[in-house]
Amino acid sequence: MKVSVDMGSCHGHQMCAIAAPEVFGSDELGNAKVLIEGDLPTELEGKARRAEANCPERAIIISE
Amino acid sequence: MTDTRKPVESMLTDYDIFEPSFVANPYPGYSEIRESECPIARTERYEGSWLPTRYEDVVALAQEYEIFTSRGILVMPPPPGQAEGAYGGVAAPPITSDPPDHHWHRRLILPVFAPQAVAKYEQSTRDLCNALIDEFIDKGTADAAADYAQHIPVRVISNMLGVPLDMEETFTGWVRGVLENMHDMELRKRSRLAIIEYFLAQVEDRKTNPRENDLISELMNTEVEGKKVPIEYVLGVCNLMLVAGIDTTWSAIGSVMWHMAQHPEHRKQLRENDDLWPTAIEELLRVYAPVTMARIVDRDIEFQGCPMKAGDRVLMAFPAANRDPRQFENPDEVILDREHNRHVAFGSGIHRCAGSNLARLEVRVALQTWLKRIPEFELVDPATVTWAGGQVHGPRSCMVKF
Repeated sequence: MKVSVDMGSCHGHQMCAIAAPEVFGSDELGNAKVLIEGDLPTELEGKARRAEANCPERAIIISE
Repeated sequence: MTDTRKPVESMLTDYDIFEPSFVANPYPGYSEIRESECPIARTERYEGSWLPTRYEDVVALAQEYEIFTSRGILVMPPPPGQAEGAYGGVAAPPITSDPPDHHWHRRLILPVFAPQAVAKYEQSTRDLCNALIDEFIDKGTADAAADYAQHIPVRVISNMLGVPLDMEETFTGWVRGVLENMHDMELRKRSRLAIIEYFLAQVEDRKTNPRENDLISELMNTEVEGKKVPIEYVLGVCNLMLVAGIDTTWSAIGSVMWHMAQHPEHRKQLRENDDLWPTAIEELLRVYAPVTMARIVDRDIEFQGCPMKAGDRVLMAFPAANRDPRQFENPDEVILDREHNRHVAFGSGIHRCAGSNLARLEVRVALQTWLKRIPEFELVDPATVTWAGGQVHGPRSCMVKF
Protein backbone atom coordinates (compact mmCIF):
# COMPACT_ATOMS: atom_id res chain seq x y z
CA MET A 1 0.00 0.00 0.00
CA LYS A 2 1.16 3.52 -0.92
CA VAL A 3 -0.28 6.85 0.16
CA SER A 4 -0.26 10.29 -1.39
CA VAL A 5 -2.06 13.58 -0.84
CA ASP A 6 -3.87 15.71 -3.41
CA MET A 7 -2.30 19.01 -2.39
CA GLY A 8 -4.92 20.96 -4.32
CA SER A 9 -7.57 19.60 -1.95
CA CYS A 10 -5.59 19.52 1.30
CA HIS A 11 -6.36 22.53 3.50
CA GLY A 12 -4.33 21.55 6.52
CA HIS A 13 -6.93 20.03 8.85
CA GLN A 14 -4.12 17.72 10.08
CA MET A 15 -6.58 14.94 10.79
CA CYS A 16 -4.40 12.48 8.83
CA ALA A 17 -1.44 13.25 11.09
CA ILE A 18 -3.66 12.75 14.15
CA ALA A 19 -4.90 9.36 12.89
CA ALA A 20 -1.55 8.13 11.52
CA PRO A 21 1.37 10.21 12.84
CA GLU A 22 3.88 7.67 11.52
CA VAL A 23 2.61 8.18 7.97
CA PHE A 24 1.58 11.84 7.78
CA GLY A 25 3.12 15.01 9.18
CA SER A 26 2.94 18.72 8.52
CA ASP A 27 4.79 20.98 6.11
CA GLU A 28 5.80 24.54 7.00
CA LEU A 29 2.24 25.79 6.36
CA GLY A 30 0.58 23.01 8.31
CA ASN A 31 -0.57 21.14 5.22
CA ALA A 32 -0.16 17.37 5.01
CA LYS A 33 3.22 15.87 4.29
CA VAL A 34 3.68 12.18 3.49
CA LEU A 35 6.44 10.83 5.71
CA ILE A 36 6.78 7.41 4.11
CA GLU A 37 7.36 7.39 0.37
CA GLY A 38 6.87 4.02 -1.29
CA ASP A 39 5.28 0.96 0.26
CA LEU A 40 4.01 1.29 3.82
CA PRO A 41 5.01 -1.34 6.37
CA THR A 42 2.02 -3.71 6.70
CA GLU A 43 1.44 -2.75 10.32
CA LEU A 44 0.72 0.88 9.32
CA GLU A 45 -1.87 0.07 6.66
CA GLY A 46 -4.77 0.16 9.10
CA LYS A 47 -3.73 3.56 10.39
CA ALA A 48 -3.33 4.89 6.85
CA ARG A 49 -6.87 3.76 6.00
CA ARG A 50 -8.08 5.47 9.13
CA ALA A 51 -6.30 8.69 8.11
CA GLU A 52 -8.11 8.52 4.77
CA ALA A 53 -11.44 8.06 6.55
CA ASN A 54 -10.85 11.16 8.71
CA CYS A 55 -9.86 13.69 6.04
CA PRO A 56 -12.67 16.24 5.65
CA GLU A 57 -11.37 17.24 2.20
CA ARG A 58 -11.05 13.63 0.94
CA ALA A 59 -7.52 14.56 -0.14
CA ILE A 60 -5.77 11.31 0.76
CA ILE A 61 -5.18 8.81 -2.00
CA ILE A 62 -4.45 5.18 -1.19
CA SER A 63 -3.13 2.87 -3.88
CA GLU A 64 -2.76 -0.84 -3.27
CA MET B 1 -35.70 41.17 30.86
CA THR B 2 -38.94 40.17 29.21
CA ASP B 3 -38.47 38.31 25.96
CA THR B 4 -40.54 40.23 23.46
CA ARG B 5 -39.50 38.26 20.42
CA LYS B 6 -42.15 36.87 18.10
CA PRO B 7 -42.66 33.12 18.65
CA VAL B 8 -41.11 30.93 15.95
CA GLU B 9 -43.88 29.76 13.60
CA SER B 10 -41.86 27.07 11.85
CA MET B 11 -38.19 26.10 11.97
CA LEU B 12 -38.29 25.69 8.19
CA THR B 13 -39.44 29.22 7.33
CA ASP B 14 -38.98 31.30 10.48
CA TYR B 15 -36.01 30.00 12.52
CA ASP B 16 -34.50 32.33 15.10
CA ILE B 17 -30.90 31.53 15.98
CA PHE B 18 -31.11 33.81 19.02
CA GLU B 19 -34.27 32.29 20.51
CA PRO B 20 -33.25 31.27 24.07
CA SER B 21 -34.15 27.56 23.90
CA PHE B 22 -32.35 27.26 20.53
CA VAL B 23 -29.31 29.06 21.95
CA ALA B 24 -29.17 26.59 24.86
CA ASN B 25 -29.72 23.49 22.75
CA PRO B 26 -29.79 23.98 18.97
CA TYR B 27 -29.51 20.29 18.03
CA PRO B 28 -33.22 19.30 18.03
CA GLY B 29 -33.92 22.33 15.81
CA TYR B 30 -31.14 21.45 13.38
CA SER B 31 -32.40 17.88 13.30
CA GLU B 32 -35.98 18.98 12.62
CA ILE B 33 -34.80 21.02 9.61
CA ARG B 34 -32.32 18.37 8.40
CA GLU B 35 -34.87 15.56 8.39
CA SER B 36 -37.66 17.62 6.79
CA GLU B 37 -38.50 17.90 3.10
CA CYS B 38 -36.68 21.26 3.25
CA PRO B 39 -33.19 20.71 4.76
CA ILE B 40 -32.14 24.26 3.84
CA ALA B 41 -34.35 26.48 5.99
CA ARG B 42 -35.11 30.15 5.46
CA THR B 43 -35.90 32.99 7.83
CA GLU B 44 -36.73 36.65 7.29
CA ARG B 45 -35.45 37.55 10.76
CA TYR B 46 -32.30 39.69 11.10
CA GLU B 47 -32.57 40.83 7.46
CA GLY B 48 -33.01 37.22 6.32
CA SER B 49 -30.77 34.17 5.92
CA TRP B 50 -30.62 30.58 4.68
CA LEU B 51 -29.66 27.66 6.93
CA PRO B 52 -28.36 24.44 5.34
CA THR B 53 -28.21 21.61 7.86
CA ARG B 54 -26.94 18.56 5.95
CA TYR B 55 -23.23 17.78 5.97
CA GLU B 56 -23.10 17.50 2.19
CA ASP B 57 -24.71 20.91 1.63
CA VAL B 58 -22.62 22.73 4.25
CA VAL B 59 -19.40 21.29 2.80
CA ALA B 60 -20.49 22.05 -0.79
CA LEU B 61 -21.10 25.70 -0.02
CA ALA B 62 -17.83 26.00 1.91
CA GLN B 63 -16.04 24.76 -1.21
CA GLU B 64 -17.81 27.20 -3.57
CA TYR B 65 -16.01 30.32 -2.39
CA GLU B 66 -16.65 32.25 -5.62
CA ILE B 67 -20.40 32.02 -5.15
CA PHE B 68 -20.52 32.02 -1.35
CA THR B 69 -18.17 34.88 -0.53
CA SER B 70 -16.64 36.03 2.75
CA ARG B 71 -17.78 39.67 2.34
CA GLY B 72 -19.85 39.05 5.47
CA ILE B 73 -18.99 36.25 7.84
CA LEU B 74 -21.07 37.11 10.90
CA VAL B 75 -24.49 35.53 11.25
CA MET B 76 -26.07 39.00 11.58
CA PRO B 77 -25.81 41.99 9.27
CA PRO B 78 -23.14 44.53 10.31
CA PRO B 79 -24.12 47.73 12.13
CA PRO B 80 -25.25 50.36 9.60
CA GLY B 81 -22.35 52.26 8.03
CA GLN B 82 -19.66 50.08 9.61
CA ALA B 83 -17.68 49.42 6.44
CA GLU B 84 -17.60 53.10 5.48
CA GLY B 85 -16.84 54.43 8.96
CA ALA B 86 -13.62 54.78 10.96
CA TYR B 87 -11.16 51.95 10.27
CA GLY B 88 -13.48 50.58 7.61
CA GLY B 89 -10.43 49.18 5.82
CA VAL B 90 -9.58 46.90 8.75
CA ALA B 91 -11.25 43.52 8.48
CA ALA B 92 -10.11 40.18 9.92
CA PRO B 93 -7.91 38.57 7.25
CA PRO B 94 -7.87 35.88 6.06
CA ILE B 95 -11.30 34.94 7.42
CA THR B 96 -12.89 37.98 5.76
CA SER B 97 -10.80 37.74 2.56
CA ASP B 98 -11.74 36.30 -0.80
CA PRO B 99 -9.30 35.16 -3.49
CA PRO B 100 -6.99 36.48 -4.85
CA ASP B 101 -5.96 38.44 -1.70
CA HIS B 102 -7.01 35.53 0.49
CA HIS B 103 -4.01 33.57 -0.73
CA TRP B 104 -1.31 35.87 0.68
CA HIS B 105 -3.45 36.91 3.65
CA ARG B 106 -3.55 33.27 4.70
CA ARG B 107 -0.09 32.20 3.53
CA LEU B 108 1.54 34.66 5.93
CA ILE B 109 -0.13 33.40 9.07
CA LEU B 110 -0.27 29.65 8.42
CA PRO B 111 3.31 28.94 9.57
CA VAL B 112 2.52 30.57 12.94
CA PHE B 113 -0.26 28.06 13.53
CA ALA B 114 1.27 24.87 12.10
CA PRO B 115 1.32 21.98 14.60
CA GLN B 116 5.11 22.17 15.05
CA ALA B 117 4.81 25.94 15.71
CA VAL B 118 2.00 25.81 18.28
CA ALA B 119 3.65 22.96 20.20
CA LYS B 120 5.79 25.55 21.97
CA TYR B 121 2.69 26.90 23.74
CA GLU B 122 1.83 23.56 25.36
CA GLN B 123 3.78 24.01 28.59
CA SER B 124 2.67 27.61 29.17
CA THR B 125 -0.94 26.55 28.51
CA ARG B 126 -0.60 23.74 31.04
CA ASP B 127 0.91 26.15 33.58
CA LEU B 128 -1.91 28.64 33.17
CA CYS B 129 -4.55 25.88 33.51
CA ASN B 130 -2.87 24.74 36.72
CA ALA B 131 -2.79 28.32 38.04
CA LEU B 132 -6.53 28.69 37.37
CA ILE B 133 -7.28 25.40 39.17
CA ASP B 134 -5.14 26.51 42.15
CA GLU B 135 -7.61 29.37 42.65
CA PHE B 136 -10.62 27.13 43.28
CA ILE B 137 -9.53 23.56 43.99
CA ASP B 138 -9.86 23.96 47.77
CA LYS B 139 -13.38 25.36 47.52
CA GLY B 140 -14.90 22.13 46.18
CA THR B 141 -16.87 24.08 43.64
CA ALA B 142 -16.11 26.19 40.56
CA ASP B 143 -17.66 27.64 37.46
CA ALA B 144 -16.04 25.47 34.77
CA ALA B 145 -16.96 28.07 32.13
CA ALA B 146 -16.40 31.42 33.86
CA ASP B 147 -13.59 30.45 36.28
CA TYR B 148 -11.74 28.11 33.92
CA ALA B 149 -12.53 27.86 30.19
CA GLN B 150 -13.05 31.60 29.73
CA HIS B 151 -9.53 32.48 30.90
CA ILE B 152 -7.51 30.02 28.84
CA PRO B 153 -7.63 31.14 25.17
CA VAL B 154 -7.45 34.86 25.98
CA ARG B 155 -4.23 34.34 27.93
CA VAL B 156 -2.70 32.11 25.27
CA ILE B 157 -3.53 34.66 22.55
CA SER B 158 -2.26 37.62 24.62
CA ASN B 159 0.99 35.74 25.12
CA MET B 160 1.33 35.09 21.37
CA LEU B 161 0.59 38.68 20.43
CA GLY B 162 2.89 40.05 23.11
CA VAL B 163 0.34 42.21 24.93
CA PRO B 164 -0.10 42.48 28.72
CA LEU B 165 -2.10 39.73 30.41
CA ASP B 166 -3.98 42.32 32.48
CA MET B 167 -5.98 43.17 29.33
CA GLU B 168 -7.78 39.86 29.74
CA GLU B 169 -11.13 41.14 31.00
CA THR B 170 -11.15 44.03 28.56
CA PHE B 171 -10.45 41.71 25.61
CA THR B 172 -13.16 39.32 26.74
CA GLY B 173 -15.62 42.21 26.97
CA TRP B 174 -14.78 43.47 23.48
CA VAL B 175 -15.05 40.01 21.93
CA ARG B 176 -18.41 39.38 23.57
CA GLY B 177 -19.48 42.82 22.39
CA VAL B 178 -18.69 41.86 18.80
CA LEU B 179 -19.94 38.26 18.83
CA GLU B 180 -22.50 37.78 21.54
CA ASN B 181 -24.49 41.01 21.58
CA MET B 182 -25.77 40.92 18.06
CA HIS B 183 -28.78 43.07 18.91
CA ASP B 184 -26.88 46.01 20.32
CA MET B 185 -25.48 47.60 17.17
CA GLU B 186 -23.87 50.47 19.08
CA LEU B 187 -22.02 48.09 21.40
CA ARG B 188 -20.85 46.00 18.44
CA LYS B 189 -19.50 49.06 16.69
CA ARG B 190 -17.84 50.39 19.84
CA SER B 191 -16.24 47.02 20.65
CA ARG B 192 -14.88 46.66 17.13
CA LEU B 193 -13.38 50.17 17.16
CA ALA B 194 -11.89 49.60 20.62
CA ILE B 195 -10.05 46.49 19.37
CA ILE B 196 -8.62 48.33 16.37
CA GLU B 197 -7.63 51.40 18.40
CA TYR B 198 -5.91 49.22 20.99
CA PHE B 199 -3.81 47.41 18.40
CA LEU B 200 -3.08 50.63 16.53
CA ALA B 201 -1.50 51.93 19.75
CA GLN B 202 0.43 48.64 20.12
CA VAL B 203 1.80 49.01 16.58
CA GLU B 204 2.76 52.65 17.18
CA ASP B 205 4.53 51.66 20.39
CA ARG B 206 6.56 49.01 18.58
CA LYS B 207 7.70 51.57 16.00
CA THR B 208 9.50 53.48 18.76
CA ASN B 209 10.27 50.50 21.01
CA PRO B 210 10.95 47.54 18.72
CA ARG B 211 10.48 44.09 20.27
CA GLU B 212 11.31 40.58 19.30
CA ASN B 213 9.40 37.36 19.46
CA ASP B 214 5.89 38.64 19.42
CA LEU B 215 3.39 38.21 16.62
CA ILE B 216 2.56 41.91 16.27
CA SER B 217 6.24 42.75 15.64
CA GLU B 218 6.59 39.79 13.27
CA LEU B 219 3.56 40.91 11.28
CA MET B 220 4.84 44.50 11.11
CA ASN B 221 8.12 43.27 9.63
CA THR B 222 6.57 40.87 7.12
CA GLU B 223 7.11 41.69 3.47
CA VAL B 224 5.12 40.71 0.43
CA GLU B 225 6.80 41.23 -2.95
CA GLY B 226 9.50 43.36 -1.33
CA LYS B 227 7.10 45.70 0.47
CA LYS B 228 6.04 45.73 4.12
CA VAL B 229 2.45 44.52 4.50
CA PRO B 230 -0.11 47.35 4.94
CA ILE B 231 -1.02 48.31 8.50
CA GLU B 232 -4.65 47.37 7.79
CA TYR B 233 -3.42 43.79 7.42
CA VAL B 234 -1.49 43.84 10.71
CA LEU B 235 -4.46 45.31 12.57
CA GLY B 236 -6.81 42.92 10.81
CA VAL B 237 -4.87 39.84 11.91
CA CYS B 238 -4.78 41.12 15.52
CA ASN B 239 -8.53 41.66 15.29
CA LEU B 240 -8.91 38.11 13.96
CA MET B 241 -6.80 36.65 16.76
CA LEU B 242 -9.11 38.14 19.37
CA VAL B 243 -12.46 37.73 17.70
CA ALA B 244 -11.86 34.27 16.22
CA GLY B 245 -9.45 32.86 18.79
CA ILE B 246 -11.03 33.58 22.14
CA ASP B 247 -14.79 33.10 22.29
CA THR B 248 -14.62 30.04 20.03
CA THR B 249 -12.02 27.98 21.91
CA TRP B 250 -13.39 29.03 25.28
CA SER B 251 -16.81 27.77 24.13
CA ALA B 252 -15.35 24.44 23.03
CA ILE B 253 -13.49 23.97 26.32
CA GLY B 254 -16.63 24.91 28.27
CA SER B 255 -18.81 22.43 26.36
CA VAL B 256 -16.24 19.69 26.91
CA MET B 257 -16.20 20.43 30.66
CA TRP B 258 -20.02 20.40 30.72
CA HIS B 259 -20.00 17.03 28.95
CA MET B 260 -17.36 15.48 31.20
CA ALA B 261 -19.18 16.65 34.34
CA GLN B 262 -22.08 14.43 33.25
CA HIS B 263 -20.12 11.43 31.94
CA PRO B 264 -18.05 9.60 34.56
CA GLU B 265 -17.58 6.73 32.09
CA HIS B 266 -15.78 9.04 29.64
CA ARG B 267 -13.59 10.49 32.38
CA LYS B 268 -12.65 6.93 33.34
CA GLN B 269 -11.87 5.93 29.74
CA LEU B 270 -9.56 8.93 29.33
CA ARG B 271 -7.83 8.36 32.64
CA GLU B 272 -7.18 4.73 31.84
CA ASN B 273 -6.15 4.98 28.20
CA ASP B 274 -3.71 7.62 27.01
CA ASP B 275 -3.99 6.36 23.44
CA LEU B 276 -7.62 7.47 23.37
CA TRP B 277 -6.86 11.21 23.51
CA PRO B 278 -6.35 11.96 19.80
CA THR B 279 -9.68 10.47 18.66
CA ALA B 280 -11.44 11.69 21.82
CA ILE B 281 -10.54 15.33 21.16
CA GLU B 282 -11.72 15.08 17.54
CA GLU B 283 -14.97 13.47 18.70
CA LEU B 284 -15.61 16.17 21.29
CA LEU B 285 -14.87 18.83 18.65
CA ARG B 286 -17.36 17.14 16.31
CA VAL B 287 -20.18 16.96 18.82
CA TYR B 288 -19.58 20.38 20.39
CA ALA B 289 -18.36 22.33 17.34
CA PRO B 290 -18.96 25.89 18.54
CA VAL B 291 -18.83 27.96 15.37
CA THR B 292 -21.36 28.90 12.69
CA MET B 293 -19.95 31.12 9.94
CA ALA B 294 -21.87 33.09 7.33
CA ARG B 295 -21.37 33.66 3.62
CA ILE B 296 -22.77 36.29 1.25
CA VAL B 297 -24.17 35.03 -2.06
CA ASP B 298 -22.33 36.67 -4.98
CA ARG B 299 -25.01 36.32 -7.66
CA ASP B 300 -28.50 34.94 -8.11
CA ILE B 301 -28.30 31.15 -8.11
CA GLU B 302 -30.33 28.08 -7.30
CA PHE B 303 -28.62 25.97 -4.63
CA GLN B 304 -30.22 22.61 -3.94
CA GLY B 305 -33.53 23.95 -5.19
CA CYS B 306 -33.36 27.16 -3.14
CA PRO B 307 -33.59 30.42 -5.09
CA MET B 308 -30.75 32.44 -3.56
CA LYS B 309 -30.29 36.09 -4.50
CA ALA B 310 -27.11 38.14 -4.77
CA GLY B 311 -26.42 39.59 -1.32
CA ASP B 312 -28.33 36.88 0.60
CA ARG B 313 -26.75 35.62 3.81
CA VAL B 314 -26.18 31.85 4.17
CA LEU B 315 -25.30 30.34 7.54
CA MET B 316 -22.77 27.52 7.50
CA ALA B 317 -23.92 25.60 10.53
CA PHE B 318 -20.95 23.33 11.13
CA PRO B 319 -22.57 22.10 14.39
CA ALA B 320 -25.55 20.88 12.31
CA ALA B 321 -23.33 19.26 9.65
CA ASN B 322 -21.37 17.44 12.35
CA ARG B 323 -24.52 15.68 13.57
CA ASP B 324 -25.89 14.58 10.22
CA PRO B 325 -26.72 10.86 10.43
CA ARG B 326 -25.98 10.56 6.68
CA GLN B 327 -22.32 11.20 7.53
CA PHE B 328 -21.92 9.99 11.13
CA GLU B 329 -23.32 6.85 12.75
CA ASN B 330 -25.20 7.66 15.97
CA PRO B 331 -24.32 11.33 15.53
CA ASP B 332 -25.65 12.55 18.88
CA GLU B 333 -23.62 10.00 20.79
CA VAL B 334 -20.09 10.76 22.01
CA ILE B 335 -17.90 7.80 20.98
CA LEU B 336 -14.38 8.61 22.16
CA ASP B 337 -12.73 6.07 19.84
CA ARG B 338 -14.85 6.89 16.78
CA GLU B 339 -12.91 5.61 13.78
CA HIS B 340 -14.45 7.55 10.90
CA ASN B 341 -14.74 11.21 11.69
CA ARG B 342 -14.53 13.71 8.83
CA HIS B 343 -15.90 16.44 11.10
CA VAL B 344 -15.95 20.07 10.01
CA ALA B 345 -15.74 21.81 13.39
CA PHE B 346 -12.99 23.95 11.83
CA GLY B 347 -14.82 24.41 8.55
CA SER B 348 -13.91 23.07 5.15
CA GLY B 349 -12.08 24.37 2.08
CA ILE B 350 -9.87 27.43 1.78
CA HIS B 351 -11.12 29.01 5.02
CA ARG B 352 -10.34 26.05 7.30
CA CYS B 353 -9.81 27.62 10.74
CA ALA B 354 -6.21 28.88 10.69
CA GLY B 355 -5.92 28.41 14.45
CA SER B 356 -7.25 24.85 14.54
CA ASN B 357 -4.01 23.28 15.80
CA LEU B 358 -3.79 25.81 18.62
CA ALA B 359 -7.47 25.31 19.51
CA ARG B 360 -6.99 21.53 19.64
CA LEU B 361 -3.97 21.92 21.86
CA GLU B 362 -5.85 24.22 24.24
CA VAL B 363 -8.89 21.91 24.46
CA ARG B 364 -6.70 18.87 25.12
CA VAL B 365 -4.43 20.53 27.68
CA ALA B 366 -7.40 22.15 29.47
CA LEU B 367 -9.14 18.80 29.85
CA GLN B 368 -6.00 16.81 30.69
CA THR B 369 -4.93 19.28 33.37
CA TRP B 370 -8.40 19.40 34.92
CA LEU B 371 -8.84 15.59 34.96
CA LYS B 372 -5.44 15.14 36.58
CA ARG B 373 -6.26 17.56 39.40
CA ILE B 374 -10.03 16.99 39.63
CA PRO B 375 -10.75 13.45 38.41
CA GLU B 376 -14.31 13.35 39.73
CA PHE B 377 -16.81 16.21 39.41
CA GLU B 378 -20.44 16.84 38.54
CA LEU B 379 -22.84 19.64 37.67
CA VAL B 380 -24.24 21.49 40.68
CA ASP B 381 -27.59 21.88 38.90
CA PRO B 382 -28.07 21.26 35.17
CA ALA B 383 -30.86 23.85 35.11
CA THR B 384 -28.56 26.72 36.08
CA VAL B 385 -26.10 26.28 33.18
CA THR B 386 -26.33 29.28 30.83
CA TRP B 387 -25.35 29.34 27.15
CA ALA B 388 -24.31 31.68 24.37
CA GLY B 389 -25.26 30.84 20.79
CA GLY B 390 -25.87 32.10 17.30
CA GLN B 391 -22.34 32.64 16.00
CA VAL B 392 -20.57 30.73 18.75
CA HIS B 393 -22.20 28.09 20.96
CA GLY B 394 -20.94 27.24 24.42
CA PRO B 395 -21.69 27.57 28.14
CA ARG B 396 -21.17 30.92 29.85
CA SER B 397 -21.81 29.62 33.37
CA CYS B 398 -21.43 25.97 34.37
CA MET B 399 -21.15 25.37 38.11
CA VAL B 400 -19.55 22.07 39.08
CA LYS B 401 -18.78 20.48 42.47
CA PHE B 402 -16.04 18.05 43.42
